Amino acid sequence: MTSAIAVDRLEVIFDRFRALKGVSLDVQPGESFGLVGESGSGKSTLLRAIAGLAPVASGGIVVNGKTLGARRDKAFYREVQMVFQDPYGSLHPRQTVDRLLQEPLAIHGFADGEKRIQRALDEVGLGNGFRFRYSHQLSGGQRQRVAIARALILEPSILLLDEPTSALDASVQAEVLNLLEEVRKRRKLTFLMVSHDLAIITHMCERLMVMQSGEAVENLAAADLVERRVTKDYTRNLLRASDGFVRTA
Amino acid sequence: MSGETKTLLDVDDLRVTFPTRTGLIEAVRGVSFSLGRERLGIVGESGSGKSQTGRAIMGLTPPQARISANKLAFDGIDLLTVSPRERRKLRGKRIAMILQDPKYSLDPVMSIGRQIVETLRTHEEVGKAEARDRALAMLEAVQIRDPSRVFNLHPHEVSGGMGQRAMIAMMLIAGPEMMIADEPTSALDVTVQLDVLGILDRLVSERGMGLIFISHDLRLVSSFCDRVIVMYAGKVVEQLKASELGQAQHPYTRGLLNCMPKIGADRHPLPVLDRKPEWAA
Repeated sequence: MTSAIAVDRLEVIFDRFRALKGVSLDVQPGESFGLVGESGSGKSTLLRAIAGLAPVASGGIVVNGKTLGARRDKAFYREVQMVFQDPYGSLHPRQTVDRLLQEPLAIHGFADGEKRIQRALDEVGLGNGFRFRYSHQLSGGQRQRVAIARALILEPSILLLDEPTSALDASVQAEVLNLLEEVRKRRKLTFLMVSHDLAIITHMCERLMVMQSGEAVENLAAADLVERRVTKDYTRNLLRASDGFVRTA
Repeated sequence: MSGETKTLLDVDDLRVTFPTRTGLIEAVRGVSFSLGRERLGIVGESGSGKSQTGRAIMGLTPPQARISANKLAFDGIDLLTVSPRERRKLRGKRIAMILQDPKYSLDPVMSIGRQIVETLRTHEEVGKAEARDRALAMLEAVQIRDPSRVFNLHPHEVSGGMGQRAMIAMMLIAGPEMMIADEPTSALDVTVQLDVLGILDRLVSERGMGLIFISHDLRLVSSFCDRVIVMYAGKVVEQLKASELGQAQHPYTRGLLNCMPKIGADRHPLPVLDRKPEWAA
């Protein structure tokens, strides 16, 4: 079976800074894969490199059996869509939800836009009432739902999720995580999800990779993390930190 | 136990109202609590009024907003009627505040050392050399390894964790009796978060300060504080000991605890909060 995403010794260099130092990754179709690490670990850069948003210096990326070049074609973006961290920054402030959702349809030349927009809004739990609102009229959770609808409207097979809930309140986060799981099950999507929160990653993903300063520290199954079967000190530290504050008397 | 020590801060029926084009908006609607020399957590989601509560105590409410309360007193001083001049004497000297993101709350064009010295010399008459020594000692107290180097750095030259330590140093240098920390670690990585909390914890208990810790993270707050106040829609819905969080009564508190993913808990889908209108009533 061909992998949904196969990354081979990927290097990303910004000016002289090596943000990714030869990272490899393999995600199977239908799998949900997590990337965990602290800020500056390169987890978002890896995601952005796959989406074509970071300068790749060397190494290869293969998506659904196709090797990607320096430029991504339209067909790639029909297969792979991304949801960004900040729903306040990722939606056009002067476009209605309707206009936002039409944009990808127009680019890819879909004729049945009307139907698709309605279905996409229904799917993310926003009724038709939200269709002609501007993003500033929506709450953070509603915005993130619009961003997810925009990603889903082209019916991609892979979603790249860059901290999709870290800007949201805990209760809204639960709703958005549930929504993401639901659409993944329904559409048999592949997820590649970045988060700094181990609990979210173990909840959402079957396998994960821990990253630190541009390198992979360790590959784990979520079950290993739950059982605390980790081999690296760095991962152990992250696990301990996610337990909360412990007073040392 | 904190209840026996004397009360530092007394808040009774605090209200903060903002006039808007569409009428008055009450951000804080009748909040009451008191604080001794203890760690008190205020938890709530965005818009619950937790930050506005902290700002009202600090005297940082925007000028167009109206504050009213039956009582808002710090160590016997009525904060509602105190003159701006007296208020300035309190602020930074006896009451200090740590803000969320050191990137925005530190002066970008002033070295870290100078900012700390400025705080100290505003509130105490000390010579330049002594002020510098005390600033360096304070930087050391917040576990900055090379204080004399950091002293001369500008905020953009240090990491988030280091910036937040510098901020804590600046707030503690005048020896405040009460500290309000508004999401002091939310902008930091989890591991750095714990370091900063450890420093804060040690300094608070060593100096016997009262601490108000404002956060959206119920679990973090309960692991750090003695007592927790849960706010919803501008009101306090529940007050409880941090150790008794498991026995929380209010459905909002329980919902908030429940909806977070936990390592090892296999819950699909996650329970979501079913907001009841009567919570806000």
